[in-house]
Amino acid sequence: MYEKINKLITVSPSPHVHSAGSTQKLMTGVLIALIPAFVIGIIMFGWGTLIVTGVAVISCLVFEYVIQKYLLKKEPSVTDGSAVVTGVLLAFSLPVNIPFWLVILGSLVAIGVGKMTFGGLGNNPFNPALVGRVFLFISFPVQLTTWPAPKGFGTSLTDAITGATPLGIIKEGLRNSDSMDTIMQNIRSSKEMLYGHMGGSLGEVAAIALAIGFIYLIMKKIITWHIPITILGTIALFTGIMWLIEPTQNASPVFHLLTGGAILGAIFMATDYVTSPMTPKGMIIFGVGIGLITVVIRRFGAYPEGIQFGILIMNAFVPLINSYFKPKRFGEEVKNG
Amino acid sequence: MLKSFPRGGVHPAENKFSAGNQITKLPLPKTVTIPLSQHIGTPAEPTVQRGDMVKTGQLIGKYKGFVSSNIHSSVSGKVLKVDKALDSSGYKRTSVVIEVNEDIWITKIDRSSDLRKEITVSGDEIINKILDAGIVGMGGAAFPSHVKMSVPKGKKCDILILNGVECEPYLTSDHRLMLEKGEEILVGFRLVMKALNVKKGMVGIENNKPDAISHLSQIAQQYPELEVFPLKVKYPQGGEKQLIKALTGREVPSGGLPIDVGVVVHNIGTAYAVYDAVQKNKPLIERVVTVTGNDVKKPSNFLVRIGTPLNQLVEAAGGIPAQTGKIVNGGPMMGKAMNSLEVPVTKGTSGILLIPEKESKRKPFRPCIRCAKCISVCPMGLEPFLLMTLTEKEIFDRVEKDKALDCIECGSCSYICPANRPLLDYIRLGKFRVGQIIRNRK
Amino acid sequence: MNSVLLFTIISLSLLGLIAALILYFIAQKFKVYEDPRIDKVEDILPSANCGGCGFPGCRNFAEVLVKADTFDDLFCPVGGNEVMAQAAALLGKEAIEVDPKVAVVRCSGSFEHRPRTNFYDGASNCTIVHNLYTGDTDCPFGCVSLGECVDACDFEAMYMDEKTGLPVIIDEKCVACGACVEACPRDIIELRKRNKKDRKIFVSCINEDKGGIAKQYCAVTCTGCTKCFKVCEYDAIIMNNNLAFIDSEKCKLCRKCVTECPTNAIHEINFPPRRIKIETEAKPGEGEQISTKKVSNN
Repeated sequence: MYEKINKLITVSPSPHVHSAGSTQKLMTGVLIALIPAFVIGIIMFGWGTLIVTGVAVISCLVFEYVIQKYLLKKEPSVTDGSAVVTGVLLAFSLPVNIPFWLVILGSLVAIGVGKMTFGGLGNNPFNPALVGRVFLFISFPVQLTTWPAPKGFGTSLTDAITGATPLGIIKEGLRNSDSMDTIMQNIRSSKEMLYGHMGGSLGEVAAIALAIGFIYLIMKKIITWHIPITILGTIALFTGIMWLIEPTQNASPVFHLLTGGAILGAIFMATDYVTSPMTPKGMIIFGVGIGLITVVIRRFGAYPEGIQFGILIMNAFVPLINSYFKPKRFGEEVKNG
Repeated sequence: MLKSFPRGGVHPAENKFSAGNQITKLPLPKTVTIPLSQHIGTPAEPTVQRGDMVKTGQLIGKYKGFVSSNIHSSVSGKVLKVDKALDSSGYKRTSVVIEVNEDIWITKIDRSSDLRKEITVSGDEIINKILDAGIVGMGGAAFPSHVKMSVPKGKKCDILILNGVECEPYLTSDHRLMLEKGEEILVGFRLVMKALNVKKGMVGIENNKPDAISHLSQIAQQYPELEVFPLKVKYPQGGEKQLIKALTGREVPSGGLPIDVGVVVHNIGTAYAVYDAVQKNKPLIERVVTVTGNDVKKPSNFLVRIGTPLNQLVEAAGGIPAQTGKIVNGGPMMGKAMNSLEVPVTKGTSGILLIPEKESKRKPFRPCIRCAKCISVCPMGLEPFLLMTLTEKEIFDRVEKDKALDCIECGSCSYICPANRPLLDYIRLGKFRVGQIIRNRK
Repeated sequence: MNSVLLFTIISLSLLGLIAALILYFIAQKFKVYEDPRIDKVEDILPSANCGGCGFPGCRNFAEVLVKADTFDDLFCPVGGNEVMAQAAALLGKEAIEVDPKVAVVRCSGSFEHRPRTNFYDGASNCTIVHNLYTGDTDCPFGCVSLGECVDACDFEAMYMDEKTGLPVIIDEKCVACGACVEACPRDIIELRKRNKKDRKIFVSCINEDKGGIAKQYCAVTCTGCTKCFKVCEYDAIIMNNNLAFIDSEKCKLCRKCVTECPTNAIHEINFPPRRIKIETEAKPGEGEQISTKKVSNN
């Protein structure tokens, strides 16, 4: 009878079946969810979107492969797709007219410093894409805050100096002690902003496209609602309170939600598995923290946008959150009824 | 809303190929190998020697200590040897090997197929008969049933649960038994209720078996104390603690037993065995075993004598498929892979699963990305990724503090992990080490 | 500008001074008295922190030594008699001479001698396999070849031989700390008396199955035939559960048992080649090859 089993039979501990899920599939899911924002990026800023994203993705892959193979002497794991996601997210948080060597430098920092120094995928405490982005933002503030005005395929990549972001316009206006009404005249309507018709990084402008991605991620059970909803909710709540108290000095919560990187950050960056808490309770604490820091930086800080700092700061708290917010154990509280 | 346990759980493909196939009797094997340790606890003491002639139903192993169980000969014939033989534990353990000649039963067994509904014996007698008949939990863990039925002092059992969930994919033995022996099962269940002096009985059946639910509900109408509940299809709905939570809302405390919340759970197969033991004086010498798998020609449910070698069952189900890569004793989630088909059927064997070669190997594992899927599916609210890491780093005091011992080894974490990490392998190791440490402490 | 600089310097210096004072008083208040001999004993100890003495680390062992009334049952396997004598002299106690030991692997079920009958596919850990089943051979006693012992060794005295799938102990580096003995779930590794020139004679098998059964799955198993037991003149061989065991305290290294063994389960290592006359009498078997191979590895 055993002759029929031509090879040795396998013995392993249970379970003997496995779900179809894999790291690769999760990463592919995230990439699919980013497609709508990518399409809007191309429509708003032209082919530059494609170039910046392409350069970021390729350089992230190359750096990951080279570092793993030659520096860490490990089996390269570029096929898991995490480097692609990092590249796309990094590109999406950059302005479209950025010099391409800065994109490469950002990728090197994202993968080299943000990920590999800690031991690669799964061990990095900070979101690699944000590490790259913040590094560029602090080191090259001029290039990183020169936004082209969205003109579709006609967007010039070299000499565009127009189109500050709406958040930048507000910061500037408040500094010149203009009232909110006058500032708002320089800014497009919320409806236009919803479709991404404003200055900004190439992937963060279109709220509606990002929302489609969010729905996809939730439907595919790649992420849970906790982190994005609490971040956006916190931002809306606190900007709303300030807006009600002093409407002349503060923009409306709708404005705060639609501008800057709030939605991209909340949906795609804060939810990065490796750098976010693992239990629903922890995720809510994490989200509220990010929301608060974002609002504080936007309203009181020197920078117009704060979500990237919010996420990075809260990333540092994740191990602490994880050790304090354990899942509720079965049989922990004895309830009979 | 169907009842269900609140946290975690997964939905593996059900693949219940043999659900529509009637239970068939398998012809007697030439020899049987009956291990003396088919249950959790102390092995039974052999009462026969080499050369003895035994009859079907005769005692060949006497229980030793409280947590132990009687072993009976499942055939009549000559004892070839009492020696070590490979069993489903993966190791060789003392077994009685009997050469079968005829099928002569001991006389006290009532072999008629008449249904005996009326309960004439007292509660204590029922427990004694269960002890004599060597009945153990037949869902897989094989915990001696009489132990479950002796309620410790100061505790009271007020709800008895009959576990007809069969949440393991592929397996259908309980399902078939419910359809074909529904009356007997409920009588057996009522016998257990009488023995424990319980007034309320709940039957939990997963909703993917609507025929069994309607069949048992119909029979249960004549017994006002019984109620049948359909349950949501979710693995591990049939886990003892999960089932209690789903049906009664009570949560068995960490480290506790179901009796701590006044509940005792018995399996379908056990209830049927209790009926046989009490109403027919028949000890536990046969059981229903599912033989199934993606490539198996005739996925079947067999009524087989304990001790029959598994390869005879596989032969009867159409032979072993050419590309078989793994043989599992039990279901795919909690069953045990074996390296041989010469292993005998024991009281706890619920099925044999033949897995094709291409599905039998695990995929290489990748680093943990902390996606928290293992946490979200853990029905016990544990953190499998953390327990694995701590075990690997040998930080066993934290493994203990993070409740590794509460793990029911359902395998949901390993099943769901997108990085294919061997979470349960390491959690089992962690539990084993923590167990060692706790024993040393005493 | 100057005043700002001055103010900064003064305030920072003051802060430093205050902090230093606080630290000083706290250190005074919470000072714990420690026997100064503990430090001295710790200096003598090899600071390998291997746990071979049965205590978590060298400092812990030093504390125990200082407190202990006698040195019975206290021994540092890494430092050996020399270190124990030094520590005893320092503490004014008497050290007991303990024979140095060395670890040996009592399984020769290489890929060649013990065919693989199934494929283990799970976490690479000996204990997990041991708790699951017999392993990828049919021998329930033999080495499962996943190297938990090698991982446990702090002295790089072990490695896995890829050709045989068995761990090899490098005698010169082995300090007999016992970490591998503890790590092995099947108790295959044993600490034996270290003989001069690292000569060893031992039964390289712990199989307790009956001979006929054991031979089915391993060519070099001890079958429990008692031939070695009968030939031994020093009562060094103990027969138990179908298994011969050579007591390293009683063995006089006469090598008579080695040639008797029909399955070459008894190994002789680091001995000079036998005289030709004996060699012709001895069965030309693989046992010799194994022993020479091991010598070359060492």
